[in-house]
Amino acid sequence: MAMTITEKILAKHAGTESVRPGEIVQVRPDWLMTNDISGPIAVDVFKSMGAKRVFDPERIFILLDHFTPNKDMNAAKVGGKVRRFAQEQNITHFYDAGYGIEHVVLPESGLIRPGDVVIGGDSHTVTYGGLGAFSTGVGSTDLAGAMALGEIWLKVPETIRFEYVGQPGPWIGGKDFILAAIGRVGVSGALYCAMEFGGEAVRSMAIDDRLTMCNMAIEAGGKSGIVEPDEATIEWLRAVGADMDEAAAEAALALRSDEGCTYRSVITIDAGKMEPQVAAPHLPSNVKPVSELRDVAIDQVIIGSCTNGRIGDLRTAAKVLKGRRVNKWVRTLVIPGSQKVFKQALKEGLIDVFVDAGAIVTCPTCGPCFGGHTGALDAGERCVSTTNRNFVGRMGHETSEVYLAGPAVAAASAVAGRIAHPEEV
Amino acid sequence: MQIQGRAWKFGDDVDTDLIIPGHYLTTHDPAELAKHCMEGADPTFAGKVQKGDVIVAGDNFGCGSSREHAPLALKGCGVAAVIAGSFARIFFRNAINIGLLVYECPEAYQNTNPGDVIAIDPERGVIKNVTTGAEFKAATYPPLVAGIIQAGGLVPYVRAKLGASSAAE
Repeated sequence: MAMTITEKILAKHAGTESVRPGEIVQVRPDWLMTNDISGPIAVDVFKSMGAKRVFDPERIFILLDHFTPNKDMNAAKVGGKVRRFAQEQNITHFYDAGYGIEHVVLPESGLIRPGDVVIGGDSHTVTYGGLGAFSTGVGSTDLAGAMALGEIWLKVPETIRFEYVGQPGPWIGGKDFILAAIGRVGVSGALYCAMEFGGEAVRSMAIDDRLTMCNMAIEAGGKSGIVEPDEATIEWLRAVGADMDEAAAEAALALRSDEGCTYRSVITIDAGKMEPQVAAPHLPSNVKPVSELRDVAIDQVIIGSCTNGRIGDLRTAAKVLKGRRVNKWVRTLVIPGSQKVFKQALKEGLIDVFVDAGAIVTCPTCGPCFGGHTGALDAGERCVSTTNRNFVGRMGHETSEVYLAGPAVAAASAVAGRIAHPEEV
Repeated sequence: MQIQGRAWKFGDDVDTDLIIPGHYLTTHDPAELAKHCMEGADPTFAGKVQKGDVIVAGDNFGCGSSREHAPLALKGCGVAAVIAGSFARIFFRNAINIGLLVYECPEAYQNTNPGDVIAIDPERGVIKNVTTGAEFKAATYPPLVAGIIQAGGLVPYVRAKLGASSAAE
C-alpha cells in the first residue's frame, strides 16, 4: 500500500506493516522530551500514576529553558522539582541552564534522526520534522504516561502536501515559507493533519530553515510537519556528530512518501513571487507581504526563539545589522537559541555586529516569546518578533501587538523603527 | 451524572494564552490558575463563573501551546465541560486526560446564547439547551478515548496498565 512518509514512520513504530489515516495506534517513541513548563506537572502526575522508574532514562530529554535561568522564586520552585526528578531518575539527557532552547538543542545533539518518533511536552516539538522525524507535542499527563509506559496512543493523521515551486529571492527564508502556508490555510486549516513540505524550493532551503518551517506547523493546527530527508539532511546531521554511516544514510534517503500515496490535499505555493511575509496581530494566519505593513511603527524587536534562534537566523540578522545602528526607540533583543549557537556566533563575529548595532544579546531562553519574562510589552506597544505566536497578550499587555517575521525583516525593522523590507535599510 | 450550568460563549480560535497567560505558568495549582482563567478573553470571567457552568465556543478551541495549565484553570474555576465546534488536538487530549469533559458539537455552538442553561448527559453525549429546548448530539469518541474517559482520565488508565504489567511479571 502506498504510504506517506508520516504513515511509514508511524507504522514502523507501531510494529505493523501499514497504517491508514484515522486509525489509532500504540506507538513506541524513540525520544520523549519535557521542560520547565510541562515538566513540573508531568513529575507530579508520573508519581500519582504509581510509576517508580521511567521506561528508559537514556530516551528522555529534560531541558529547562522557559523560565530558566530561574526568573524568580516561583520559577526556582517548579524548576527545582524537575531538576530533582531528573536526578532521581538518572536522566542521561538532562540539560539545565547553560544549554539552550529545547527545539534548538535537540536537533544539534545529533541524536534525533530521520524516521524517529519524538513526543514532547511542548507544542513546538513539531520542529524535528525538519530532519525527517515524526514529532509532535502533548501535554504533561500524556508525557507522564509515556515516561511510565514507553508508549503512547496516536491517531494516524491525514497528510496535506505543500509544494513550493519557483526560485525564492535572496531575503526569503523558512519563516516566509511557513507563514505563507499558514496564511493560506488558516490557524485550523491543518487541524489534526501532518503537513508535508516539499518541492524544489524546499530542497534549496538550509536545514535551519526547514526546522523553522516544521516548527510552526502547529500554528496551522498541524499534528506534525515534515520534510523528506535528502543529501543536505545527511550532511547537516553528520556535521552535528550524528551516527550516520552509509547504511543509515541510505535508509534515510529512502524515507519518502510513495508515489500514489493519499494526500488530503496538495497546496502549491509560488516561492518565486514571494515577498518577505509578516503575520499581523492577533493570529499567525493574518499574513501579509511586508510592503503592506511599512507604516507600522514599532517599540521592540526580538530575534531568536525555537523558531528562528539558529546560527543561520543570526547570520541573516547580522547581514542586515552590520555597520548599522538600531533605531533609538526600538529595544532590540537578540537571543541565540543555544550555547552552541552563541559560541558559533561569537566565533563568526556576529555578536560584535549585534552589540555594535545597539542590540541586547541575552542568554538562550524562551522568555519573551510566551510573555514569561524578559522583553515584556507595555499597553499599546508593538514588537516585530521572529517567534511563533502573536495571540492577544502573548508578549505582555493585552493591548500590545506582536508582528511575526523572519530574521531579515526583524533586523531591518529594528533599524528603520517601523516594519521594513531588508532592502530598505 | 447530569451536568447543568450556564453557558459562557466564546468565538473561534480561543488560544491557550487567552485561557491562561504564559506569565502565570510558574504554578499548576488549579485554584491559583483559576483566578486568571480566560483573563485575555473576558477579564470578568474568573469572578463570575460558577461551579457547573459550561464553556460554549467555536472552532479550534484551545489552539496554541501544550500547557496543561489551560484545562486545569478551567477545571479549577468549576467549569464542568467545554462544548466547541472543534478542538485543537493537544487541548483535547489534555482535557480528556485530566477529566475535563469536552464535546465537539458545532450545532450546539450555533444555537446557544450567552447565559442559556445547558444540560449535558455525559453517558449519551446529549447536550440540551434548557433555555430554548433544543437538543444536540455531540460527536462520539473513538473507543480508546472513551475508555480513558470511563477510567476517569489518563492517571487511573496508566495506573491500571502499570498494575497489569507488574502483575504479569
